[in-house]
Amino acid sequence: MYAFLIPLLKIVVVMAGLFGAVPVLVYFERRIAAFIQDRLGPNRVGPMGLFQPLADAIKMIFKEDIVPDHVDRVLYVLAPVLAFVPPALAFAVIPFGHPIRLLGDRIDLAIAPAGMGVLFLLAVGSTSVYGIAFGGWASNNKFSLLGGLRSSAQMISYEIPLVLALVAVLMTAGTLDLGRIVAQQAEFHLGILPAWNLFHQPIAFLIFFIAAFAETNRLPFDLPECEPELIGGYHTEYSSMKFAMFMMGEYVAMISMSALLVTFFLGGWSFPGIDPTSTALLSGIASVVAFAAKVAAVLFVFMWVRWTLPRFRYDQLMNLGWKVLIPLALLNIMATGVVGVA
Amino acid sequence: MDAAAPHDEPESPPAGEKPSLSEELYLPEILKGLATTFKHLIRPEKFTVEYPEKKKPIPQNFRGEHALKRDAQGRVKCVACFLCATACPSECIHITAGPTPPEWTDREKYPTKFEIDMLRCIYCGMCEEACPCDAIELTSKFYQVSETREEKYFGKDTLLRQPMKREYPDQG
Repeated sequence: MYAFLIPLLKIVVVMAGLFGAVPVLVYFERRIAAFIQDRLGPNRVGPMGLFQPLADAIKMIFKEDIVPDHVDRVLYVLAPVLAFVPPALAFAVIPFGHPIRLLGDRIDLAIAPAGMGVLFLLAVGSTSVYGIAFGGWASNNKFSLLGGLRSSAQMISYEIPLVLALVAVLMTAGTLDLGRIVAQQAEFHLGILPAWNLFHQPIAFLIFFIAAFAETNRLPFDLPECEPELIGGYHTEYSSMKFAMFMMGEYVAMISMSALLVTFFLGGWSFPGIDPTSTALLSGIASVVAFAAKVAAVLFVFMWVRWTLPRFRYDQLMNLGWKVLIPLALLNIMATGVVGVA
Repeated sequence: MDAAAPHDEPESPPAGEKPSLSEELYLPEILKGLATTFKHLIRPEKFTVEYPEKKKPIPQNFRGEHALKRDAQGRVKCVACFLCATACPSECIHITAGPTPPEWTDREKYPTKFEIDMLRCIYCGMCEEACPCDAIELTSKFYQVSETREEKYFGKDTLLRQPMKREYPDQG
């Protein structure tokens, strides 16, 4: 009876949390942007402007959904969906809490606790380029096409340092199981310092963090959609909910990337005070809260960086990816190997 | 802003000069930038003036809607000399002059009609400059909303009712 209900329930809860977080993020993005620029930001709709995302959503839904005549219809409709699904899929394997025991059953707090979770993540993650590339191609507009092409090149380039950074982490972890990677980080060094991979692999963390910005097309690497050059890039021709889906895709990708960063480097759901071996419901909830708080903190850094840095030039972006991050990641792997052997 | 303040100096090195190691590494500079933006993030004072609730003080010489002034006896100051209508570059002032009532001994003419088409007016203040009697003034009233075009065609009554920006000593 439970066997199929529990995964379904987990899917519903995680997806609801994920999509519910998007409007909240948009609100915080706008407020943080405003505060950084000494403005106030949206504060009119509801108390402190908290209903602003609702107003935005209503506006988006009631906009006319225009499909221009010159587009490739199939790809044009498919692209926003493709931009939106892969980042959401990544959440299938991310453990967001330690296993709990409920009504006698042991429940893993991950939709699909797969032993090869990391491989699944990387495979799904690399498909997210399709949405943007298709969007640019199907729009049949030179700016959109340029945005789509830039995005393809950028995401493929930064995928490499991203994965290479993870390789070093996986070498020390010795497993591809995300649950075990997190459980390893729940331990402590000298009783106080959490055994987070951030402290074991600071260079890998840095490379992963930088590549994460590029993979999610966030400033300073938002070249696929840079407004002044490409008038929005791949989503120039989109309107109404199709446009909104691209935007939601971007935010879901941000959440997924933050969740990955937290899982691999910041100890996932572990937190000082939460017993990783416990299976109590309360402790499980506490671990979910710890995970969400860490993801929120990383998301804040994403936004903070966006409103601090200017956009990279395209050649600078490629130089950084190929000439700095990839060699650095390779050296890091070598150093990890040497230390591991010694 | 003080021109000698350190943040006004050019950030980038002069052409030909190599950037320092910390600049080439990006990260120290990025951290500095993040520190700057964080300071602004937590700064309580913002530049936004929340308009309908709070209003910025209007400058002394703001040129808003016109007003016609009255003299000490409460009569319209204007003597219908047409200098304002002549000076007006957008030709929005329409005056009809008439002979004064017999008890007004100090002048011969006064405006029976004094109309300004506010939709034509460019608020340049030339009428104010031209007036020899200091009878017309641009007030600091700038909430210029109306629902019809007719309402923006101000007659003498409307102009006399306008709130004054400042009081001048009556020059008699």
